[in-house]
Amino acid sequence: MTAQTRPAEEAERAERPPEGGRARRALRAVASANAVTLTVLAVVLALVLGAILIVLGNDRVLAEYGYFFAQPGTTLGDSWQIVTDAYGNLFRGAVFDPSALSGAIAGTNSWNLVFYPISETLTYTAPLIFTGLSVALAFRSGLFNIGGHGQVIFGCIGGALVGFALPLPPVLHLIAALLGAAVGGGLIGMIAGVLKARTGAHEVIVTIMLNNIAFWFLQWIITKPGVHNPARSDAISKDVLGSARLPGLGSGLRADLGVVLGVLAAAAVAWLLNRSTEGFELRAVGLNPDAARTAGMSVGRAYILAMTTAGALAGLGGGVIVLGPAVHLTGAVAGTVGFDGITVALLGRGKPWGVVASALLFGALHAGGNRMQQSSHVAIDLVTVVQAVIVIFIAAPALVTAIFRLRATRGVSASLAKGW
Amino acid sequence: MLAAAACGKPPASNSGGASAGASAGGKAAHACMVTDIGGINDRSFNASAWAGMQAAQKQNPNIKIDYTQSAAEADYGPNLNGYVQQKCDLIVAVGGLMAQATTDAAKAAPSQKFGIIDAKIDSPNVYSMQFDTAQAAFLAGYLAAGMSKTGVVGTYGGLKIPPVTIFMDGFADGVAYYNKAKSKNVKVLGWDKNAQNGSFAGSFTDQNAGKRLSDQFTGQNADVIMPVAGGTGLGTAAGAQQSGGKYSVIWVDQDGCVSAAQYCSVFLSTVVKNISDAVRDAVLATAGGSLQGGGGSVGTLKNNGVQLADFHEMASKVPADLKTELDQLKQDIISGKVQVSSPAQPK
Repeated sequence: MTAQTRPAEEAERAERPPEGGRARRALRAVASANAVTLTVLAVVLALVLGAILIVLGNDRVLAEYGYFFAQPGTTLGDSWQIVTDAYGNLFRGAVFDPSALSGAIAGTNSWNLVFYPISETLTYTAPLIFTGLSVALAFRSGLFNIGGHGQVIFGCIGGALVGFALPLPPVLHLIAALLGAAVGGGLIGMIAGVLKARTGAHEVIVTIMLNNIAFWFLQWIITKPGVHNPARSDAISKDVLGSARLPGLGSGLRADLGVVLGVLAAAAVAWLLNRSTEGFELRAVGLNPDAARTAGMSVGRAYILAMTTAGALAGLGGGVIVLGPAVHLTGAVAGTVGFDGITVALLGRGKPWGVVASALLFGALHAGGNRMQQSSHVAIDLVTVVQAVIVIFIAAPALVTAIFRLRATRGVSASLAKGW
Repeated sequence: MLAAAACGKPPASNSGGASAGASAGGKAAHACMVTDIGGINDRSFNASAWAGMQAAQKQNPNIKIDYTQSAAEADYGPNLNGYVQQKCDLIVAVGGLMAQATTDAAKAAPSQKFGIIDAKIDSPNVYSMQFDTAQAAFLAGYLAAGMSKTGVVGTYGGLKIPPVTIFMDGFADGVAYYNKAKSKNVKVLGWDKNAQNGSFAGSFTDQNAGKRLSDQFTGQNADVIMPVAGGTGLGTAAGAQQSGGKYSVIWVDQDGCVSAAQYCSVFLSTVVKNISDAVRDAVLATAGGSLQGGGGSVGTLKNNGVQLADFHEMASKVPADLKTELDQLKQDIISGKVQVSSPAQPK
């Protein structure tokens, strides 16, 4: 962590006017390990590793390696075939399926099917943008927010409670429910912020504990009268009323307004961090709390603001889930989006638009992973492994630069490794 | 060594054999199953449902079976829809938490047949498979009370969710019925049916938590314990084995002497929830073209959808009188003479 450079510095360097010819600079940017190149290469490496796992997971092809030298062509051909089949289905499930287009033109399937993959990707992307932003905002303020999971849960609870227990006219109801989600997540985030500011309690420990509290609170509340759905015998809440649900982006498709809200939230966080006084203070505190204090800023106030905003963002992620595809609370309604937010923020390097891009990538991997599992019989767990490997490569940029023999530039490395 | 291994000879081609075997048996069908977030190896209802699919394929080799695992609840919808797009003949959704996703998918694809376990969906193309486990657990409670020498029995759950508490309700009622019939006062630790409150491990995998809870029960003299907690219950079974017969265990879901055979010696019996058979029958009926949507099955003592399993190694220790009483009680429940109720029963 000695060669560590801060995000602000890094951004500044990127904005510096080009030295020398434009083409030469572009070439150098690609050849040297800048953030984008490194990220792309990390993804490529992870997919290569994933391909090896696909082959290892296929008993038939694995058996062929037992007599590799008897028929190397067949073995390699079969390996290539199952890997391309799996990744082909990953692509068809996440982006575009040519057979759906030809089917739609021929009239054998609906046009919906053409947009189905991208709709699935966007559905998975929406909550990840929010949780990624939550973690990123805290990172930039020098805080490690591990509490995304708990904040998402409280966002789900807040959004759902307003969604089914507070009948309001259509548009107003949705806004109120989203507010409920933000308040739910914001409050639990604020607890960690206040404890950090007032008592110095480490936010990592506090947020991890709050995750447990949130999880068990959710298990408890969904069985209580008034929340529990009386028509069901299992632990499940009432349905969010239609007036509080996010409108869909196309009939018969799951993608809804949530992803649009996510992009707007990214714009808002970008403005907050880069253009507003509060954001300047957050970043200053994140870079050097002592210097910020000396400059007359209130470090405690910044911590509280950062954790509350981060909590509210993650809470909105929960709101997008429960007012969107989920429609009711269940014990596992939050899934893993809270924790995935950490990987999304790392991959996005703590920058709002980077978070949007990485959330899109993870959303696509998840949507495509479902298809890959069903059509190529590759376990969905592979997607989780690929995501983890991407982040490991990004956390260890020296590894990637060594593998691809890139010219290292200072500062791409541990811009996020603060907080510990 | 690796290189040496890679020098082996390829097996002779045998592509003819498989298809020859498949030509026997019944009509072709493609049955697809979507697991809940427990995954295919949960040793509980996902595994049971898959066993049912495999059993169907064994009976009719022309049935093609597939499963897909859900990594999160958000995957239920896409996984069901994926199989709709693959045009499976039957799509089995495992678990009541998939009810909403299945309802939506069934509405969007009215010509597609679905099956669901542990939920009732009123849709003409959904076949619902439910289980009144309280009936079998009632027998288990009676058995436990009859077998207890200390007059104390116990039960605990994994999580306080209805598919778990339905076992505990039946168990407590079975003990109460025994007390009334015999004017005894056998105590139940770990579950209060009226308050709907009791002991929970908070996990379906943590064996130490299971051991801890059963130690608490045995500390209060319990000598029969029914864990309704999946893998967590293995901690109780291990504890019973270590105790050298100081207490015995009633297992749940799948016959313990099959699913956890290493502990067979401590299993008094098992409250069986016969998911496999229900799924197998639904898949076979799909291939036969006779599966009717809109309705479904409720597993009861009457149709062996739920049952009290064999006593296996304990058979010699269960008094003949008690066995007779259990048989009679089973008949009384089937005939409706004895009513078993639980707020978690299929509605």
